[in-house]
Amino acid sequence: MIRFSHVSKTYPNGVLGLRDVSFHIPKGQFVFLTGHSGAGKSSILSLIIGEQKPTSGDVRVSGFPLGKLTPKQVPKLRRKLGIVFQDFRLLEYRTVEENIGFALEVTGARRESIPSRVIRVLTQVGLASKARVYPKELSGGEQQRVAIARALVNDPPVLIADEPTGNLDERATRGIFQLLQQINGGGTVVVMATHNLALVRDTGYRVIELKGGSIVYDSGLEAAAGAKP
Amino acid sequence: MSEALRTFRRTPLLSVLSIASIGFSLFTIGLFGLVALNFRETLSGIAERVEVVAFVLRGTPTEAVTAASQDIQAFPEVLEVRYVSAEEALSRARAELVEFQEAYRDLESNPLPASIEIRLKPEFRDGASAQRVAERVRVFSFVDDVRYGRDWVERLDRLRDMAGVIGLVIGLAFAVVAIVIIGVTIRITVLQRAGEISIMRLVGATNEYIRGPFLIEGVVKGILGGLLAVLMCWATFVLFRKSTDLGASLVFFEPLHLALIVVFGTAIGLMGSLLSVGRHLRHV
Repeated sequence: MIRFSHVSKTYPNGVLGLRDVSFHIPKGQFVFLTGHSGAGKSSILSLIIGEQKPTSGDVRVSGFPLGKLTPKQVPKLRRKLGIVFQDFRLLEYRTVEENIGFALEVTGARRESIPSRVIRVLTQVGLASKARVYPKELSGGEQQRVAIARALVNDPPVLIADEPTGNLDERATRGIFQLLQQINGGGTVVVMATHNLALVRDTGYRVIELKGGSIVYDSGLEAAAGAKP
Repeated sequence: MSEALRTFRRTPLLSVLSIASIGFSLFTIGLFGLVALNFRETLSGIAERVEVVAFVLRGTPTEAVTAASQDIQAFPEVLEVRYVSAEEALSRARAELVEFQEAYRDLESNPLPASIEIRLKPEFRDGASAQRVAERVRVFSFVDDVRYGRDWVERLDRLRDMAGVIGLVIGLAFAVVAIVIIGVTIRITVLQRAGEISIMRLVGATNEYIRGPFLIEGVVKGILGGLLAVLMCWATFVLFRKSTDLGASLVFFEPLHLALIVVFGTAIGLMGSLLSVGRHLRHV
């Protein structure tokens, strides 16, 4: 599903983002990316969503070779990804249902199909009753649920979440995490960047820890090594 | 279209500001155009008086003059040829030169010569053409002298050349200023919507999809700005006509000119959006 092979990324200003990073995330996996600010989490996510290109190495996401991605292919890649950010990034002058329907509209979905798909996904995130409300009238946790609903409405095989609980209190954080777990339970790959180690602990999910642009720990590798006879 | 309308509803102040800035920029161009148009009209009014007069030697038979007149009429520069007899010249002088009425009344013989008045076609009312015609007319044996007001015709030529150059420079400067102002206004709109554009891109919108509403918005603002400019030009023209003595002699734009203002507004609205959104799409 997502494969990084010896990927390095140096930004035009000379800052090193990633150094020789390799990992593979198969279908259905839930992966935490952890590490301090500047460790390389955001670099990995921006490579996955096609915002940046690798300086060297190969990145493949849902079959797209990202090093050779043309500008015209970027929208096609993005439609195969659900993307959620710490700051929600909702359009504040549109209602909840319009925010979600918008993600369908831009992909050219049939107009008649939009309302039912929006309600379905709003029910999934537990906000069916808030369809006509504007984002400002919602709590942070609810706004993040709307953002997740928007990310899910196109049924993407991969959900990318960049610090999705960074702006939320403990209770809302738990709620969002449970929602992401449910989504993953349906077979969607979830890649979540976070520095909330309390959240990561004891979940049993794969953890990739980054430091200075390199992977310093990958529980996936450890598990694979442990499984060997 | 609904996206573009949504922007108008959501940011009415910014939308009104951009329409006003397009309107006022085009209005300055329009005003300048009006001044230039009226100046040109005045100049061509003066130029109408550019004519060549050939004085005929006393005693020349009328037939000879008539035949020559026909030849002159065939010159490519000539619009009209008129023979003014000595008697007609005298009665005209009596009527026009009131101060000399007394002097002319007591004359025993007519001191004024007969003449041929040659009016030129509008495109030939300049010094060089008048001189060319004068030289050709001078060849006729019965022609005593040829006059075409050389000094003032040449001065008129210089004035026309200068007005053309100054008009072009100032007009271009106004157009550049208008385009810059409009570009900045549209850029502000785009920056204000940068967040929205990045969200559109995140959910997989193509550049064409994102650009569409901005282009419609640019075109609509351009049209409205153009119409506003036309309205302001008309209002200024009416006010000016009422408040000065020049009133009746002033001319306003033809419908074609007005359409051009609106088309120009539309074009800059479209270009402005295309450039500023295009630049932004490459950077997000």
